[in-house]
Amino acid sequence: MDDYYFSVKQMTVGYDGKALIRDIAFHIKKGEILTLIGPNGAGKSTILKSIIGQLKLLAGTVTLENERIDRMEAAERAKKMAVVLTGQIRTELMTCVDVVATGRYPYTGRLGLLSEEDKRIVEEAMELVHVKELGERDFLTVSDGQKQRIMLARAIAQQPEILVLDEPTSYLDIKYKLEFLSILQDMAKKKKLTVIMSLHELDLAERVSDKVLCVKGENVGRYGPPEDVFTPGYVSSLYDIKEGSFDEISGRAELPRVQGEPKLFVIAGGGSGTHLYRSLQREKIPFSTGVLWENDLDYPVAEALAVRVIKEKAFLRIREDTFEKAKKEIDRCEKVVCCLKSFGELNRENEELCSYAKSQGKFMEGDALWQK
Amino acid sequence: MRHLTICSGWNKKMRYIFLFVFLLVLMLLLFGLAICIGSVRVPPAEVLKVLTGKETEETVKNIIWQIRFPRALAAIILGGALALSGYLLQTFFHNPIAGPFVLGISSGAKLVVALVMVFFIGNAGKVSSFLLILAAFAGAMLAMGFVLLISKKLRQMSMLVVSGVMIGYICSAITDFVVTFAEDADIVNLHNWSMGSFSGISWANVAVMTVVVFLTAFLIFLLSKPIGAYQLGEAYAKNMGVNIRLFRILLVLLSSILSACVTAFAGPVSFVGIAVPQLIKNLFHTAKPILMIPACFLGGGVCCLLCDLIARTLFAPTELSISTVTAIFGAPVVIYVMIRQKKENIE
Repeated sequence: MDDYYFSVKQMTVGYDGKALIRDIAFHIKKGEILTLIGPNGAGKSTILKSIIGQLKLLAGTVTLENERIDRMEAAERAKKMAVVLTGQIRTELMTCVDVVATGRYPYTGRLGLLSEEDKRIVEEAMELVHVKELGERDFLTVSDGQKQRIMLARAIAQQPEILVLDEPTSYLDIKYKLEFLSILQDMAKKKKLTVIMSLHELDLAERVSDKVLCVKGENVGRYGPPEDVFTPGYVSSLYDIKEGSFDEISGRAELPRVQGEPKLFVIAGGGSGTHLYRSLQREKIPFSTGVLWENDLDYPVAEALAVRVIKEKAFLRIREDTFEKAKKEIDRCEKVVCCLKSFGELNRENEELCSYAKSQGKFMEGDALWQK
Repeated sequence: MRHLTICSGWNKKMRYIFLFVFLLVLMLLLFGLAICIGSVRVPPAEVLKVLTGKETEETVKNIIWQIRFPRALAAIILGGALALSGYLLQTFFHNPIAGPFVLGISSGAKLVVALVMVFFIGNAGKVSSFLLILAAFAGAMLAMGFVLLISKKLRQMSMLVVSGVMIGYICSAITDFVVTFAEDADIVNLHNWSMGSFSGISWANVAVMTVVVFLTAFLIFLLSKPIGAYQLGEAYAKNMGVNIRLFRILLVLLSSILSACVTAFAGPVSFVGIAVPQLIKNLFHTAKPILMIPACFLGGGVCCLLCDLIARTLFAPTELSISTVTAIFGAPVVIYVMIRQKKENIE
């Protein structure tokens, strides 16, 4: 048929016979990482539960190596597919090793006794995820983040070909988020492990995924490689963001801008203004800024937070009318602040703006004066 | 004991072996006491004479061989069955205070057995052991059915227990009603039985319960692998390849058979089903089914031997009902478990 490892065709999912999302389709190759993104309650978990057979499909098929997953022998499927689910498991007197060892279930005999080989695999999985030192601790006494990593170790010990994870990084700090995803990436590229997961961290989803599926409403949204999905403005519409903004290129989120007539004009560039922009947002002071090139480091943040941005096209000198616009903006503002420490050949005009502000008596020297 | 839990596999193994030997020795000791102690005190030497078939007084021989031996054996077998049934129910409902008594299963069994007994005492006289077990099983399944129906509606586990207790009360009320109005000479026996007691058990009874309980326990032991998977929750168990539907049905059936068998012979026995699995889990410091299944069985046996011994000797010749004694031991354990659970939830 085709060389896709895992295929979903015309799948309709939902609870109790009521369809939630219709006509879901995606195909992934061995060793690819597919990430589901979408707002809370959009149905990411429902899709994942349907794929792994927790929920009955209302229509369509899910196939693994061209074999329908609901027709596979349960024991065979368990050797191919492992899961990490959301929601805490309530264990009783189980150590972390015990939890990881349950991953060996499909491979052990009638009574579930672990062989030396099984024990070695469990140990390796724990080493890989760096949870070995938790070994004999009671699972209930470790932190939520540690639990998530232990559940990953458990899934790895199951030696699956495909791993399905529902929001696996929600409790992890940034170090472990990166570590967690790099483990998945390594296993995907080196061991040809196929990964399907849902993530809330869009910036990380953009970086780690080979393909992204956007989930919202009756039908799924965009599906494809991250560069096709994360185009400017799409995330805001997918998540229906009204307060604040998301920059698809940098994966950066900003809080909503302060509305009103700008009180302060910020002369910035090259990343020198970003911190001040955010401080002003926190202090609820409306401001405008310029002159910034559209490829400037400060530009996306300025676009998100400033009331007006006096901008110039990338790689052009600052033109006369842009300069005039900036001057007018200074006239409208009460004060002017300059974040630039020095000026170069190309931004002479910004230096001139400083002088202009000084001549108007609006220029503020030193840091933090604007806080008044 | 705390430090023992944080050490290597070898030490763990030694600990488990030690605990199993400990339980076995305790059981033998209590068994010996149960044979020797009673309204007639029989020294061990005399017991040995009876066992080896040497000349002894006929009454002593009867007391030892016809009364005390079957009674003590029944306490072990039925106690074990009760603890095992409790362990299964706790696993099934993911609830540490589940047990055949609190969920009303024992009372359901009691009700149907009482009905059958009253009917047969009125008409035919004798009731066979198997018929009693069947009746108890029917009653247990009926109560279990109600509990399952309620558990589908109620996600909260404490409420499940409360509704189980309510089912128990309804069944007990109807049983009392039946017993009160069944005027007959045998009513005293019926009354004793409905309060829970190991008295009046014959060798034939012991034979039947041995077959039923050991067969069921063996099947449960074979299920220890999926039980272990089920402890992580249904979703993970399913991913590991457990046939959840079949597994749940088996769990319900096997635990009902065990509690039905107990009720058929000894009436309802409270708290052993909850308390013993809890004590054993904490003693072994694990909930692994492959260890828990035999250990709970031994623990239940030890517990019921001890409680029966106390029940019949404390105020001899008056006998206490077995549930009176088990409640005194068991209820504090349940309260302790609940308090500890609460703590864990807060943490």
